[in-house]
Amino acid sequence: MFKEVKILASHGRQYIDNLRTQKVSEIFRGRPVISKNISAEEIKEVSGLCPVYAIDSISGSIDLGKCVFCKECSFFLPEKIRFTNDYHVAGNSRESLIVKPGMEGPMRLDESKVRIEIRRIFKGALKLREVSAGGDNSSEMELSATGNVNFDFGRYGIEFVASPRHADGIVITGPISENMAEALDITYKAIPSPKIIILAGTDAISGGIFEGSPAIDRKFIEKYHIDLYVPGNPIHPLTFINGVLDLLDIKG
Amino acid sequence: MYQRTYIEIENNSSPTEIREIPVLEYDQFCDQAVALLKDEGKHCLAYYSIKSPENLKFYCCIADDNNNSILVFSHQLKDEKRPLKSLTPECAQFHIFEREIFENTGVSFEGHPWLKPVRFSNGRADRSKTMDNYPFYNIESEELHEVGVGPVHAGVIEPGHFRFICNGEKVLHLEIQLGYQHRGIEELFISKNTSLQRCILSESIAGDTSIGHALAHSQLIESLSGMDISEQLKIERCIALELERLAVSIGDTAALCGDVAYQLGQVACEALRTTIINTTQLWCGNRFGKGLVRPGGSNYSLDDRVADEIITVLASTVQRFNEVTDLIYSLQSVLSRFDDIGILTRQQGLLIGAVGQAARASGILRDIRKTHPFQYYKKYSINPVTLENGDVLARGLQRSLEVGESIKIIDRLIEIWREKTKDNRKPVYDYILKPGRFAVSIVEGWRGEICHFATTDGNGNISHYKIKDPSMHNWMALALAVRNQEISDFPICNKSFNLSYCGHDL
Repeated sequence: MFKEVKILASHGRQYIDNLRTQKVSEIFRGRPVISKNISAEEIKEVSGLCPVYAIDSISGSIDLGKCVFCKECSFFLPEKIRFTNDYHVAGNSRESLIVKPGMEGPMRLDESKVRIEIRRIFKGALKLREVSAGGDNSSEMELSATGNVNFDFGRYGIEFVASPRHADGIVITGPISENMAEALDITYKAIPSPKIIILAGTDAISGGIFEGSPAIDRKFIEKYHIDLYVPGNPIHPLTFINGVLDLLDIKG
Repeated sequence: MYQRTYIEIENNSSPTEIREIPVLEYDQFCDQAVALLKDEGKHCLAYYSIKSPENLKFYCCIADDNNNSILVFSHQLKDEKRPLKSLTPECAQFHIFEREIFENTGVSFEGHPWLKPVRFSNGRADRSKTMDNYPFYNIESEELHEVGVGPVHAGVIEPGHFRFICNGEKVLHLEIQLGYQHRGIEELFISKNTSLQRCILSESIAGDTSIGHALAHSQLIESLSGMDISEQLKIERCIALELERLAVSIGDTAALCGDVAYQLGQVACEALRTTIINTTQLWCGNRFGKGLVRPGGSNYSLDDRVADEIITVLASTVQRFNEVTDLIYSLQSVLSRFDDIGILTRQQGLLIGAVGQAARASGILRDIRKTHPFQYYKKYSINPVTLENGDVLARGLQRSLEVGESIKIIDRLIEIWREKTKDNRKPVYDYILKPGRFAVSIVEGWRGEICHFATTDGNGNISHYKIKDPSMHNWMALALAVRNQEISDFPICNKSFNLSYCGHDL
């Protein structure tokens, strides 16, 4: 018994009180800010440099659904592009993930696109089934971490379950490999309606660095309505948590 | 007696000209491979084929652990229809490589005991073979039943299918079908041809080993382009690699406790893992170290502030981890689930060419840091720990011991790092690769040896890229370890190996 008490004493308090406002280290690569003074010439240069074509070569905006957060554009043009440590980058439409030059403020969901029944039914409890379809196991580990002793997402009644029959929605990681496409579809169909779809990580949202590979099959994404996009490479647990809380309109 | 016809190269040395690699007659190739691998100190790093318009060329790389060298030799085939004699019956560690070649090229290996698809790669020779018609073994008997698990598993993990043949609760045989994670990553190394794209790809081969694979790639590029790197960078890379090993080993201890419902061990270790990956995030802005390792330099050179933080975190980690593992490995309720369960014998490990942590827990000293040192391990020699029993308990204890070792290594490396002059070199992306070369790069990641191989064409473009994750060898170890175990012990056996699906499927 003495050993257990000692472990608990050293373990201390790991619980994060406020998942909405928890600070992460300054260097964390979150929401980018692009100067409104970025020139056409500079835009052309950084868009050519981007490994995943996330920077629009005309407008200079960054699509966080494609961005792998390597920050190379910012290293190249530190005065014009910087990455803040703001992890509130989830969105509920592809357009809501686009950061335009001059945009400073936090990113918000497009309220008009949230399905009303989702909030009504799932606000009190949301059970999710995760499917990795070509994911590299980093976003998967971060999703697992949302339920650990630090983040404890379970405090809101939100957690991952084993059976799709028990789930209210699906969380997909990975660019969706051709070999996993059918299993993903079967799992999704096994979830009773109404149900939600969350894409977790850049690979899932756009294919990321795997975009264009003949071994991936993204028909699933075109076929169904996506309720939440969580950018990241991998996603940060707080990005996922805050995205889901926003979707369900839970203030925290 | 056979005549020695191979070239000897060092890990991460200057690349060889492709034409210097001896091309043997197939019989001679087989005799040499078998003769070499009779020695326990040698094992097959990889055996793979490269297709060109003229022929199919097969490269075999064997690690000679006692001489710090890699032996490379090859054979070629003009007619793909011609079957070859399989090496597997004589030398089982070739089984997975022959299967891979068979799947990709259609070359058949006569006498191979299970010439089945490996991952249903997109470019496979026979498209009529699909995930749905994998030829599982079955045994006709009214006494036996089959259990299929996956590809979607209960937890938040990657997909794979496990097919058990059981007698009551006892597992007679396990067959593992993978391929669900195949993303065509080796081909993408050729088609996505900017240096930065290749770096991002290397970090995504297995996200839980981002640093290991990114380092293997960077080493390969530095070798092919003849790039010199600073002592400072070599040390920082070793520190990053050890942080990754540390985080996963602690996380695995948590997961093992979780699987036997020992919650205190689980949460205490989970919290410790968090502190380690948050330290990696403090260093480079990413909890998995993505973006940290690049060819030639780094965007995130270590500074005193981060180094001090690492030292502080590790000091408290070592104390807390020892407290909790002392308890975990003295509890009867935990030990009765770990002890004598899921044994991989030393004999079996040698037979299948097991590598890394799992091999070391079965008494096989395979650690690239020691036998084929790279980066700063060339100067700072480590002494890998091994255990004998090869069961779940041994693999668990192996992790605890390696946590202690990694912490010591990092502490010492930071001391050495403080003495070095710093130039904080930035990454180099506009490198030029030497034409007509073959290069090998090996890194001891937390699972085991990660190998990247590349050849360049006459213009210095990468013409072929091959990746071998340690999981490629070790999935077979899991299949052997669960034989004659209760099927309910499968989850802890699986967790104790913690193999990569995406690293295998590529």
